Amino acid sequence: MKLLIKGGRVIDPANGVDSVKDVLVNGGSIELVDDNISSEADEVIDAAGKWVVPGLIDLHVHLREPGYERKETIKTGSMAAAAGGFTTICAMPNTNPVTDNEIVVEYIKLKAEREAAVNVLPIGAITKGQNGEELADIGRMAAVGACALSEDGKSVENAALMKTALKYAGMFALPVFDHCEDKLLAGKGQINAGDRAALLGLKGISCDSEEVIVSRDMILAQSVGAPIHLCHISTAGSVELIRQAKERGVKVTAEATPHHFTLSEEDITEYDANFKMNPPLRSKKDVEAIKQALKDNIIEVIATDHAPHHIDEKNCEFENAANGIIGLETALPLAITELVEGGWLTEYELVEKMSANPARILGRSDIGNLSVGSRADITVIDPDREYCIDKEKMYSKGKNTPFHGRRVKGIAACTIVGGRVAAEYGRLR
Amino acid sequence: MFARKDLLGLRDLSEDEIMTILETAKIMKEKIDNPSLRSDELKKSSIVTMFYENSTRTRMSFMLAGDYLGAMVKDLGVATSSVNKGESLIDTGKTLDQMGINVMIIRHRMTGAADVLARNVNASVINAGDGSNEHPTQALLDLFTIMDYKKHFDGLNVTILGDISHSRVARSNAFGLTKLGANVTLAGPSTLISGSMRSLGVDVTSDIKGAIANADVIMGLRIQFERQKNMPFPGLREYSSLFGINAETLKSAKKDVLIMHPGPVNRGVELATEVVDGKNSVINIQVKNGVAVRMAILKLLTDANR
Repeated sequence: MKLLIKGGRVIDPANGVDSVKDVLVNGGSIELVDDNISSEADEVIDAAGKWVVPGLIDLHVHLREPGYERKETIKTGSMAAAAGGFTTICAMPNTNPVTDNEIVVEYIKLKAEREAAVNVLPIGAITKGQNGEELADIGRMAAVGACALSEDGKSVENAALMKTALKYAGMFALPVFDHCEDKLLAGKGQINAGDRAALLGLKGISCDSEEVIVSRDMILAQSVGAPIHLCHISTAGSVELIRQAKERGVKVTAEATPHHFTLSEEDITEYDANFKMNPPLRSKKDVEAIKQALKDNIIEVIATDHAPHHIDEKNCEFENAANGIIGLETALPLAITELVEGGWLTEYELVEKMSANPARILGRSDIGNLSVGSRADITVIDPDREYCIDKEKMYSKGKNTPFHGRRVKGIAACTIVGGRVAAEYGRLR
Repeated sequence: MFARKDLLGLRDLSEDEIMTILETAKIMKEKIDNPSLRSDELKKSSIVTMFYENSTRTRMSFMLAGDYLGAMVKDLGVATSSVNKGESLIDTGKTLDQMGINVMIIRHRMTGAADVLARNVNASVINAGDGSNEHPTQALLDLFTIMDYKKHFDGLNVTILGDISHSRVARSNAFGLTKLGANVTLAGPSTLISGSMRSLGVDVTSDIKGAIANADVIMGLRIQFERQKNMPFPGLREYSSLFGINAETLKSAKKDVLIMHPGPVNRGVELATEVVDGKNSVINIQVKNGVAVRMAILKLLTDANR
């Protein structure tokens, strides 16, 4: 099966390419990228006026399976990914049972092979049961294909254990994705500690609860000479700490979510739990700092923190509501609208942060680029399509999004996974 | 004019609406003292109190307010209800809705709980305190008491003293008093106040002496940190000596300052006994006014939703 993508603007940051070219796919891999390819093909995709980019990679997704299938499954979550332009997604380990041993890693891989619309890479927990007490079976998980380690949803409270984990993971070249939050400082907070919390009478989550752990874990990573990847950075203070750490040579990378560069605490409508997430929506000053950090490449990755929940877990008392929002089907349009149209990033930089950079952090050279011989994971983006986000049309089981009805620009016109067209304009083929 | 389904807080009440409630409460107050004036205005109304948090005066005050107007008042014994079987607040509300309840009065430890209930039921919902958000009927009875003694709000200096950061009473009073033109100062140890409260249009200070000196009204709030792990101050002894009001500290205040407290009082902590029982104290009057204000609210909401 041959697929020819004609006349698109090929943006391939890993190879320094940004020009109009054709891309020829043969079977599951890329055969040729060149001007005016005239080869025969089973299917020709007209990409004139569109961007042809490496399949998007999301380092931070909650697929909820096994254990919380009423929120999402590997099948539905991966369908949402394909619809949103993602060809590879990394699944966080806060499942039930927790992904802390090779059996659960194998289970996720098996289910993904059978049912998933895109590549699913399981992330293993740092500690057994995410209890923060003893290391999970890190080496055995690495052996069966865990792509990274993370305690997502919380930090490893014990600094000595976190240091051990960073050192041990380095032996298997497993990146560590770090959720930075000091539980005691965050307390019973519900939204950012600021004017909005004061107005709504909700308890606040201070920026220091994130920054203390950002600072601690970068010091630990430097101490053991290991890399560290910081999840969903939300404050101006964290950005400054990362900037300083990079200057002194810490191997740190960081991600920001679309909601943290699009919304601020001022957007929170009264007690609507679709605005409840962890870390919380911060002040306008923080949002500006996140966008500037993306521009300055202090933050190299855009990741969704796709967190589907059942409606009963959101339609309740704000304090009882679960944290998080879905993101796979809104990330690309929000990034184009806020960052490219907003003048913060070039198209090239945006693509880099959603494909080449995440691939580099995962240590993968076969994805995140359009090199000859690489996996034929390709996303064709129509940057001009304008529309309103409609949660009812989404594939994710979760409908928990604060972006329903929001006007955006840009859409994944075609998502190609392993040489096969998986989705077009938000609909699965 | 009063045309609301629910009373959830003072944040979104207009000055006119507040004054309507206070004027109506004046009429209601006479009915408490003089049973012959009581009528059966709410005879066909059913009211349920849903207290997910303990309370003496607010719950009794609401139940009696309903009784004095002839309504049928029931209490959902939360401790013995299906709440203990894990029924959600929304489902409990919808169940009571189907039984023909006209007014639901809810107290809940979570901010926004009354708001969630109101959005999901047809009955009128009255917030009797939600988390660290609002306690509108307490603030309205405080406003009623202040109006009774001071006759106006414009330019009046009101100091609220104590555990501000967790206080729904302080917040509701701040919303109400600033709307009516009073100057509000929130005072307490730095760990119990929050600078972000300034965004509500109030002063925030730890200078207790200064906050007392110019006050026309001093409102004490209950300190309730007896059993906490992370105490925001070293202990009750230090608190009362630095932030408590006693006869000595009161000497620097205005002669006709009103001393108020939503109760229950920790005698000797936020207010010394001689202050609680002193000539400036209107703490007991507040309780009676509470019944009058709640009668007014029940009447206005019921009339608006007949």
